[in-house]
Amino acid sequence: MFNTVDAYSAPPLWKNGPSPCAFHNFPGTNCENNDFTQHSQAPVTTATSVIAFTFNTGVIIGGDLLASYGSLARYRNCPRVMKVNDNIIMGAGGDYADFQYVKDLVDQKIIEEDCLDDGFKLKPRSLYCWLTRIMYNRRSRFDPFWNNFVVGGIQEGLPFLGTVDKLGTAYEDNAICTGYGAHLALPLIRDALEKNPLMSEEEAKALLTKCMEVLFYRDARSYPKYQIGVITDDGVKIEGPLEVSQKWDLAHMIH
Amino acid sequence: MFRNSYDYDVTIWSPQGRLFQVEYAIEAVKFGSAIVGLKNTTDAVLVSLKKASSDLAAFKKKIIEIDEYLGVTYSGLTADAKLLTRFLRNECLSYRYTENVCIPAERLLEKLSRKMHVATQRYDQRPFGVGMLVAGFDSKGPHIYEACPSGTFFNCKAMTLGGRCQSARTYLEKNFSSFPDCNLEEIIKHGLRALQSTLPKNLNLTNQNVSIGVVGADCEFKIFSDEEVYNHLLLIEGENHRPDCDEFDEEDDNNEVS
Repeated sequence: MFNTVDAYSAPPLWKNGPSPCAFHNFPGTNCENNDFTQHSQAPVTTATSVIAFTFNTGVIIGGDLLASYGSLARYRNCPRVMKVNDNIIMGAGGDYADFQYVKDLVDQKIIEEDCLDDGFKLKPRSLYCWLTRIMYNRRSRFDPFWNNFVVGGIQEGLPFLGTVDKLGTAYEDNAICTGYGAHLALPLIRDALEKNPLMSEEEAKALLTKCMEVLFYRDARSYPKYQIGVITDDGVKIEGPLEVSQKWDLAHMIH
Repeated sequence: MFRNSYDYDVTIWSPQGRLFQVEYAIEAVKFGSAIVGLKNTTDAVLVSLKKASSDLAAFKKKIIEIDEYLGVTYSGLTADAKLLTRFLRNECLSYRYTENVCIPAERLLEKLSRKMHVATQRYDQRPFGVGMLVAGFDSKGPHIYEACPSGTFFNCKAMTLGGRCQSARTYLEKNFSSFPDCNLEEIIKHGLRALQSTLPKNLNLTNQNVSIGVVGADCEFKIFSDEEVYNHLLLIEGENHRPDCDEFDEEDDNNEVS
């Protein structure tokens, strides 16, 4: 903070005495300026793209396991595709600590609902709406959760897929990718869905695998280990860690 | 009414283990005009008797819409009912704001009964002097709930509250087993008949003093217009479901209750 003594400031005028250009803390008192709050201005430990789309009977969400510290591949086993309840799966990109915090809120919400024991279960559209409120509230306090959330599920027999970003902007679509995925994977998925609107679960998995592969080669913050979450009428499956099959023998031909 | 020295405060038990203040509040429900709630497998119906506080006053509104799929009718202190319906509407709105769906009736009743229950536990409050019937529709079908001043609520097949409701109760008990097989029109007719049975001989159901509210699978909560009420009254015209004995005495007209 301002006016504190550190290694670079001038030494005190005498032992335990005041320093030039600094507020003096009299002995036995501590009047440092520490009544401040800091709002989040940048993510710290980040996760990259989330890939999600609907298929014939459900929704599939994929995300790799890396949490980067800047460009450093810092933590390599950070799952970010989660089961919320039997109706809902969720994926997250952006700040990993914020994701963990929001995950705890969501888990607590589910626990409270289970405690009511009234037979009603949270539906994907409701969670999507709730997340929008949370995110918009935080951005309005100038302290956003630095995340992109993707909510998938089955509601009234139909696949649901929606996303919320750190500003509380929310939309539904049948294919949603965040971060670099929006540039690299989304065109592939839209193309595939256009050619084959009633994709089966196997085809969906193959498409997602392809996307993870493309992203691993082109996105410098990605990682070959990833998880996928699939929700259908049969329930929720979180699979992984899966591995991108890598092939580098062409690399020397690229200049 | 004064029973003994144990009814001065809601927080004081009588040695017999009773809370007289709460029991008096339950008595207050009987001062209101009769209300009936009933349901078949797809719809929930509220039928209420409206009273005018004087010949110069309009009939009071007895059925109140809470949300798209929720409505209530009440018997007892009108002011308390107004406060509680405002609370219910607020709860519905905030649930809708965060979850984007209408609150399930049971969850709403849980909140309502908690609010009513608190008033029976604190020395600086009095119990709410109002009984409510809530009609709702959610993913589990149609519901009729009764909320009681003691802070309990009941999931009902059919229920009636308010002045002279005993004869309506008798009618409902006699007929409720057939309700699931009724269509909407028949269930409304049952409601009107039950309500008619509460009336003294010199009074009849008219589209002025009857209010009907319906909620169902494919209809949001709706309060019938005078014309629709009239058309349904025509369906039971000429029927008489009043009990034979005519021992009804005139009720004291208290303007604060309806």
